[in-house]
Amino acid sequence: MNKHLLSINDLSREEMESILATARKDFLELPKRDIKKVPTLRGRTVIDLFYEKSTRTSTSFELAGKRLSADVINVKADSSAVGKGESLKDTVLTLNAYGPDIIVIRHPHVGAPAFVARYTDAHVINAGDGKGGHPTQCLLDIFSLKQEYGELDGLKVAIVGDILHSRVARSNIAGFRKMGMKVTLIAPPPLLPRGVESLGAEVAYSLDALAGVDVIYLLRMQKERHGDTGMIPSLREYIARYCVGLRHISGDQRVLHPGPINRGVEIEAELADSGENLILQQVEAGLAVRMAIMYRIIVDSAAASAESPKAGAAGEDRAGADIKNIRAVG
Amino acid sequence: MSGVFVKTVVPADQLARTIVRIAHEILEKNQDISNLAMVGILTRGAHLARRLADHMEEFAGQELPVGELDISLYRDDVAARGSLTVRSKLTQPEVRGTNLPFSVDEKTIVLVDDVLFTGRTIRAAIDALFDYGRPSQIQLAVLVDRGHRELPIRPDFVGKNLPTSQDQRINVRLREVDGVDEVVLEAVEDE
Repeated sequence: MNKHLLSINDLSREEMESILATARKDFLELPKRDIKKVPTLRGRTVIDLFYEKSTRTSTSFELAGKRLSADVINVKADSSAVGKGESLKDTVLTLNAYGPDIIVIRHPHVGAPAFVARYTDAHVINAGDGKGGHPTQCLLDIFSLKQEYGELDGLKVAIVGDILHSRVARSNIAGFRKMGMKVTLIAPPPLLPRGVESLGAEVAYSLDALAGVDVIYLLRMQKERHGDTGMIPSLREYIARYCVGLRHISGDQRVLHPGPINRGVEIEAELADSGENLILQQVEAGLAVRMAIMYRIIVDSAAASAESPKAGAAGEDRAGADIKNIRAVG
Repeated sequence: MSGVFVKTVVPADQLARTIVRIAHEILEKNQDISNLAMVGILTRGAHLARRLADHMEEFAGQELPVGELDISLYRDDVAARGSLTVRSKLTQPEVRGTNLPFSVDEKTIVLVDDVLFTGRTIRAAIDALFDYGRPSQIQLAVLVDRGHRELPIRPDFVGKNLPTSQDQRINVRLREVDGVDEVVLEAVEDE
């Protein structure tokens, strides 16, 4: 791994496979032990910096850090000096003075993790940046799929719902394709991003397209990001056409959802409660995968700097390059 | 110019006899083996534990639980400096992790490794075992003791004492992993 995990594009397929193998070998069985903890990151400090509401990602990172024996501090924007008008830069400079080893950042603005990486010596992990990306979600989804299907090459997946506002969709389209999967996006046109053709996925406008796929990946309708104007004319009409229920599922099709789910909006309650979905397996996978990421981000860079003292500096240059790219895009 | 000097110090037939002898010694020390469990440190220690258990089952006519222990998360140098051995292991991740198909509580555990050197691996293995339960006793069996201990750890059963210098390497090769049974000494020769 590089010094930071800012985007799923930072990882090659081999690196992804290797992180997932670590998660499976070292961390998946850990919750079954009485002592659910290993001493690997003893003495290290992890700061979880969350500028957006989150249940599973923040608890998952917190527990992952604690089970690696790191000291974990959670900073939530709504109860911190951020509410007093402190800028992200000043918050990061302040936290960096504590000498953290890892900063996990969730932020509503695209590129915030790369920005944070400029002002800290710590490893930065992107836990979701606006509509940008969510690389750890992507890795845990691929982990869940590998546990269920084994080989992923040639597997067909449909990503359904509010693709426009979804960082999960962005990371997962890239990650799924890197693993050799074929991706179809299903959404009403207003909920598809401009230039959707360039993402390397098929596009369909109705749930009929579910017939040809192995995996159905549902996204949450992010109404809080739709603004006052509303992106869709009527929620009721959306539900009638795009809410997925048991009747849409056939054979071995499995359903994933990054959570939190909106019952009755993108997923019918019966499907949410059925054995056809892998939602709770995804949560379990999230813990193991995030432990693997934190472990590997520390160990790989220590190994790299032991090999050549310049390797760490190269990682920082790379982070700098990412910021330029983000600025160019934004 | 320097070259690597490689010498077989324990050939296959001698290695086989040594393993049989250690099996006898473990049985001699533990009169009642109903509470005994063998735990090998991955990778080669695990194969040695299996071989020792096979011999002991044959001699004592009683089955023995055998487990495998992965100590990579318990190493003292993992997060500190990320040694090259850690890196090479991570770039080719092992498929096998810890597998203890029995409770270690109140058991007499015979920990098995191929080479005893600084003692740091054994320290890590003892820590790992204690996270799985509370054994009543831990004994240590090693195929080769090459000296240079950095911790107060001593083996209960030793296949062969091989005095070495710090810059030499001892490689135990086992047919399950390496296709051949032997112990070789590697040394860098200066010309």
